[in-house]
Parts: sequence; structure tokens; C-alpha cells
Amino acid sequence: MTSNYTHFVAPVDETPLLATDTLKADQAPLSLWSDAWRKLRRRPLFILSALLILALTLVALFPGLFSSVAPNDGCELSNSEGGPAAGHPFGFTFQGCDIYSRVVHGTQASLSVGVLSVLCVLIVGVTIGAIAGYYGGWVDAVLARLGDIFFALPLILGALIITQLPAFRENKSVWTVVLVISMLAWPQMARITRGAVIEVRNADFVTAARSLGVSKFGALVRHVLPNALAPIIVLATLELGVFIVAEATLSFLGVGLPQSIMSWGNDIAGAQASIRTNPQIMLYPAAALSITVLSFIMLGDAVRDALDPKSRQR
Amino acid sequence: MREKEMTTPEIHIDEARSAGVKPLLEIRDLAITFSTGSGEVQAVRNAHLTIMPGETVAIVGESGSGKSTTALAAIGLLPNNGRVSAGQILLDGEDIAHASEKRMIELRGNTIGMVPQDPMSNLNPVWKIGYQVKETLRANGLPSGPDDIANVLAQAGLPDAHRRAKQYPHEFSGGMRQRALIAIGLSCQPRLLIADEPTSALDVTVQRQILDHLDTMTTELGTAVLLITHDLGLAAERADKVVVMYRGQVVEAGPSLALLQNPQHPYTKRLVESAPSLASRRIQVAKEQGVEASDLLASAAEAAAADNVLQIQDLRKVYKLRQGFGKSSDFAAVDGVSFDVKRGTTTAIVGESGSGKSTVAKMVLQLETPTDGKILFDGVDTSLLKASELFKFRRRVQPIFQDPYGSLDPMYNIYRTIEEPLRVHKIGNAASREKKVRELLDKVALPQSAMQRFPNELSGGQRQRVAIARALALDPDVIICDEAVSALDVLVQAQVLNLLADLQANLGLTYLFITHDLAVVRQIADHVCVMEKGKLVETGSTDDVFESPQQEYTKALLNAIPGAKLMLPPEVA
Repeated sequence: MTSNYTHFVAPVDETPLLATDTLKADQAPLSLWSDAWRKLRRRPLFILSALLILALTLVALFPGLFSSVAPNDGCELSNSEGGPAAGHPFGFTFQGCDIYSRVVHGTQASLSVGVLSVLCVLIVGVTIGAIAGYYGGWVDAVLARLGDIFFALPLILGALIITQLPAFRENKSVWTVVLVISMLAWPQMARITRGAVIEVRNADFVTAARSLGVSKFGALVRHVLPNALAPIIVLATLELGVFIVAEATLSFLGVGLPQSIMSWGNDIAGAQASIRTNPQIMLYPAAALSITVLSFIMLGDAVRDALDPKSRQR
Repeated sequence: MREKEMTTPEIHIDEARSAGVKPLLEIRDLAITFSTGSGEVQAVRNAHLTIMPGETVAIVGESGSGKSTTALAAIGLLPNNGRVSAGQILLDGEDIAHASEKRMIELRGNTIGMVPQDPMSNLNPVWKIGYQVKETLRANGLPSGPDDIANVLAQAGLPDAHRRAKQYPHEFSGGMRQRALIAIGLSCQPRLLIADEPTSALDVTVQRQILDHLDTMTTELGTAVLLITHDLGLAAERADKVVVMYRGQVVEAGPSLALLQNPQHPYTKRLVESAPSLASRRIQVAKEQGVEASDLLASAAEAAAADNVLQIQDLRKVYKLRQGFGKSSDFAAVDGVSFDVKRGTTTAIVGESGSGKSTVAKMVLQLETPTDGKILFDGVDTSLLKASELFKFRRRVQPIFQDPYGSLDPMYNIYRTIEEPLRVHKIGNAASREKKVRELLDKVALPQSAMQRFPNELSGGQRQRVAIARALALDPDVIICDEAVSALDVLVQAQVLNLLADLQANLGLTYLFITHDLAVVRQIADHVCVMEKGKLVETGSTDDVFESPQQEYTKALLNAIPGAKLMLPPEVA
């Protein structure tokens, strides 16, 4: 036991002296992204949702590989609302068309509406949000109010009204749906971007870059935005699910995609007449929709956890 | 080694021991293990220390040495993934290393109190100060009327305590918040107070007041103090006994003066050697460098012959403070500051927080526009520079910032970070830039393999060296160091200061060094400008200012440095 005034000295070999401030060189370099990827790889939630999304993408790109029957081929009224038969595992719709084939072919429209809307929202929302947050002052005031106006319109209600405009009503297609959704959904992306940019814009490394001679806009593009990306990516994955649902809702209400385009929303709408007698007609497209949306939201959750700066080391 | 006077340690504790007083806290062979993603990590091994009633013991060590972890174990507040894996923590003979949470709650507050490190984040911003004191009193079953609360605050040296109790934390200055935290820590008159770096976030003069007050209070109450600090001078001045920790182990322990004057363990020796103190001298690497270096030696005659690379004339910066509904009042952050910076020398601007020293730096860097006055760089007024000239100016004046964790872009690896200034100024091609980056890494003594690393993998000192390499990339004339070493551990700080001195000798750099730490100024600067509340109160050569300060404010600053009066051996410092 150490007495109070004994001068205790530990044996030197117990804790040999290291050079001051040595660099740990035994690990692979870790960027934000490789670190996030390392964490994601180990999460079952991520693996499951990524596999589902991969499968859905394949179905959307090559529906012919998954269903030998073209969706509107061989519709026979004699098969109307028929149960599963050989080659037709999900049964038949009211018009006697193959449900399985319709679900497979509907993937493309749903996914492309989701992906394209997210892209548009990203372009518009991130640009406006970044400029508003970075430059501040009156630019911010104007852009933020503009966003608030759109933000006040509920997505579905706003879409119902906009789609009644002749220009939209007469040209119904994937693109009009994308346009309507992105017109109403960009403010949320802009808000998130603005917040993230404001958080980063006063960081020392931005000041450092400015004093190196990087222009104000250059610092925004090269330093501020990359560091504000994490919440933007998370929101994008979450919104993808939301937009797919929005398309289905609009199609269900008859203002989304035209009848000629196969989509889950249209199929759900068409099945509502026979929901009590033959619920499976509605069940399959609805299940496909749910699985797709769920996998995107699960992916968003996993990505959010992986990019959480609080869980970064040091 | 010069003959040193060894102070005989006071012996009242030994007397107390022989009179049969038992230690208040005794830690024996303590080991603390953390379970992390990459397995079990032992943070503390074989730690032992003894605190007698009423005694002050300091644990000294660099960050990551396990000093805070040891203290947290004593109060039972280890993070969830940490546990005491061996050894005993005896409080009055009772082993509390594995005591139940219920027992620890009984002990906390009235037997063991704690003053946390950061006064800015340890008070709950939504509750009034008085409520937060009341909470502690009530938790320990003490009377908690308004008068009791005011009493506790008044004892911690907060004037007008009744009114203060009704204020919110944001209405308090840093020093006042720390006093409030000390008031909370001591409100239940504990027998042991754990103070984890209680003043490291405060200015030296405030630090002195707080520590003096803590001393008085604990002496009155007979409270023993476990002081955790990285500052050797402070430990020597305030503690009876010092325990030095290194990589989770106690490497040396003993009476504070004897230990610091006659360190035995190689680590303690190294620590004592690199601790900056007022007794230290200007780092003079230039001596052996021959003619070119002669004008770096800060001899007054030669420095006068050198030309002024920066001339600051009557610089003013006024901020408008908003006071609701269109009213605003002027606040002069910098008020009529003039000084010259001679080429190849180091000029330090010293002052407490809020003295305007960083604002001066920002204006010199052209990141803020002066309200009034001129900054001449090489005789040219910088306010008249056109955009293209400003771009060239940026090449010649480079900053190094305080916070090594914030000044590097976390998304850029080290190579891109150092290469960025070269790319921005379109210097060379990819191959020549890579060569330059390798050279720069050599210059700042980082291995070239560090190029692929990201800032979050580097320690504070390494990041600061990367920041220095980035600042050097454009071969600047002037480097502005804004508190460039204040966030670093003593050893790392000494390493960075030596690096800066080496680079100055080899490259003829001029430094404008902004700092609050006078001991650092002593080591690096040739000239000192002392600032108080936006005004320049004293300027002169470092030797003059330190040996015969003219202004009261400068004297107060110098006196407030912990350990200033203790004679650390000057030749090792």
C-alpha cells in the first residue's frame, strides 16, 4: 500500500514510453461513407430491404422475365374473378386478366414515379434549400416563404386540384404525376437541406477554405453540401416510399396515371368494386405496394442510423 | 542540473495518520474495462491512490490517460459499457466498487460531490439556477427554502444571490456558471469533492478566483478534493499530492512539489519538461542555423532592422447589437488597435475571452471588414485590394485555427485537405501536387501513409499538424495562429510549438499568434500585444513585458497563471 508521502514510481517496463502522439496506422482508412457501409453491412434490416429493392428493380426493368403472360393478353370474361389456375397463380381480375402479370407489370410505373419524383425533389429542394441556408438574409426570407406557401398545401389535396388543370388532365402520364408530386413535395427537402447547411456553414473548415482562397460558392459546393448530405439522403429514401404511395392514391382517385398504364394504384382502384366478393384481386397489388414502400422506409431507417454523426468514432 | 531547493512537505497529514485517522478514499489496484465494438478495452489498470480527509489530491495526465474514468468510477458514474473489472474503491473502508445503485445515490451529493468540466453544458438551460440548487438539496433531504438556496449560492461567491437564483444559466458568464456548479457540488457539504478540470474552460484570472474560492470553501468545510487536471502548474499549486497517470496506469505519485521538481518516471520527466511556464525561454532552434537565423533571435536591434510585413493602424470593429424593435447599440469589439509585425518574427496577441483578439485576426485574414483603420500588408492597404489581388493575398497569409476537430473537412482525406490550396490556386499538375503534399507531410513530421486517412482517425495534435501543412502548402509569408495550440495536451502542445519554431527558422515565416495562454507566449513570441476589452493596453518585447509588466491588467494576467510562483526547473522547460 502506498503511504501518503511515499514517492511512488511505477516500474518503467510496465508502461513503456511511446513516442508522443503516434499515428495508428494499422487500420484501413475510414471515410464517412466507408464507415457507414461497414455498419450497414452488418444490419439485417438493411440487407433485407436492399435485397427486396434489388429484386423490385429487376422486376421493373425486365417484367418479361418474371411473367410470360402480357398483362392485357388473353383477358377472357369467362375467367372474370376466377381463382388461381395453372399459369395464373394469383387468379383473375373482374375483366378476366391475369393478376400476377398485372402486378409484375405495374412495378415499373410505381417505381419510376417514385425514383423520378425523388430526383426532381432533390434537384429543386436541395438547390433552393442550400442557397437559402448558405446565403441567408433576404434570399433566405424570400425562398423560405415561397417554400412555406407550397408546404401549406396538403400533397393529395393539392395534387387533386392541379391535376384538374386542362394541361394535366389531357396529358396524363408518368411525367405529369412526377411533376405534380415534385411541385408539392420539394419544400420539405428544402427545409431539411437549409437546416443542415446552416449547421455546417459556420464550421471552421469552411472559414479555413474561404481563407485559402476558395470562392463563396465554391465553399458551398465543395465543403458545405457534402457535409450536409446525410440528412438529405435519409429523407430521399424515406420520401421514395411516400411518393410511391402518393402515385397509388392519385391513380386510385382516378387523377393519377391513365388506365392504359399498368400501375398498382389503378389495379387497387379497379378492384374496389369486388372487394367483398373477391378480396384477392385487391390483395396482391396492395401487398406489392406495401412491401415496396416498407423496404424503402426500412432502407431509409438503416441509412439514417449508419450516417448518424453521433455514432462516428472520436 | 542546477541545485534546487527541495521544499519539505508539510507533515500535518502524517501526524493525522499516526493519530489514527483513516483514509477517506482509497483506490486499490483498480482496473476498468470498456466493452466496445472491437472487443474489451482496458482503460485503467492497477490504479491506486489515497485521499486523507481534508486533503487535495490531483490526478494529472493527458487525454485518454484514464484520469477522468478513475474519478467517475469513484462516484459510480461510469458509462454503461464500462465496469470495474478488478480492485477496490474503499470509501471510509467500505468497498463501493460494486455497490448497488441505491447505495451510490445515497452517497452522491452528501458524501461525494462533483464539479463537472464544462460549465456551459452542465447546467440545464431550461431551469432557473435556484431550481437546480433546490433539486440537489431536496434529493439529499436538506431544507430547500429560498433562503437556503441563496445561502448556498452566496457561499460560492455569487453576489446578490436571491436575484441570481431566479436567473437562467444563459444569463450567467462562464465563471458565474462554474461558481453555480461549485455551489451545487458543495451544497450538501460532501466529504469528498471530485473536480474534473473545473476551470479549463475559463480565463486565467477567472480560474484563479474560482480556485481560490474553492480552496477557501473546502478548507472551511474540511472537504477533501480530488482534482483532475492536465495542467501541471495548477496541480502543483493547489494539491498536496499529485498522481500522474499515463495509458491507464499510475506511473508516479507523491507529494506535489517533490514530484514535480524531481520527477522519476520517464513519462513524468517528459511531462515536466514540456510544460510551458513563465520560467521557460523562447524556443530557439535558430541558433545553429547560421546567418539567416540571426535575425530570428528576437534581439531588439536586429528585429528593428527587419521590415514590417504587417502594419495595423487604428483598427476598429464595431458590431451593432440588436435591442428589439429597430433599436441597436454599438459595441466596439476592437477599438483603436495599432501595432506592427516584423518579418520573420512572432507577435503574440494576448487577452481574455471577449478582448477582441480573434476579431483582429479575422480582420487581418480579410474574413471581417474593419469599421475603421487600416491593415497594411507589405505596405499595401488591404482594404483596397481587388478580388484578384485578394486571391493573391490569400496565398501569402494563411490561418491555423483553434479547434483541430473543426478546422478540417471531415469528408476530405488528408491528401485532399492539404492539396486543396494548391488546386484552388492552380499550382502544378497532379503529380507535382502529390510530391508537394508528401514534402509537406514530412515537414510536419507525419508519415506519408497518413495521406489516405480521414480527420476523424487522427488525434488533436495530428490534425493540427495537418492544418499546419495545409497552411504551408502555398508557401505563405505570414501565418495567423488563432489559439492554435490551446486545445492540445501539454506534450502535444510542446511538439506543435517546436514544429512551428523549426518552420519559422527554416522558412523565415512570420507568425501572428493569438492566444490566452501567457506561458505559450513566453515560448514562442518575440513581441507581445496585450488586449483588454478591445483596446491594446501594453505592447513590447516578450522579455520586457514578462519581466517588468507596466500595466495592472498585464500583471494580473501574469499572476493568475497557475504555478507561476513555483520554481519549475527552467533549464528543462
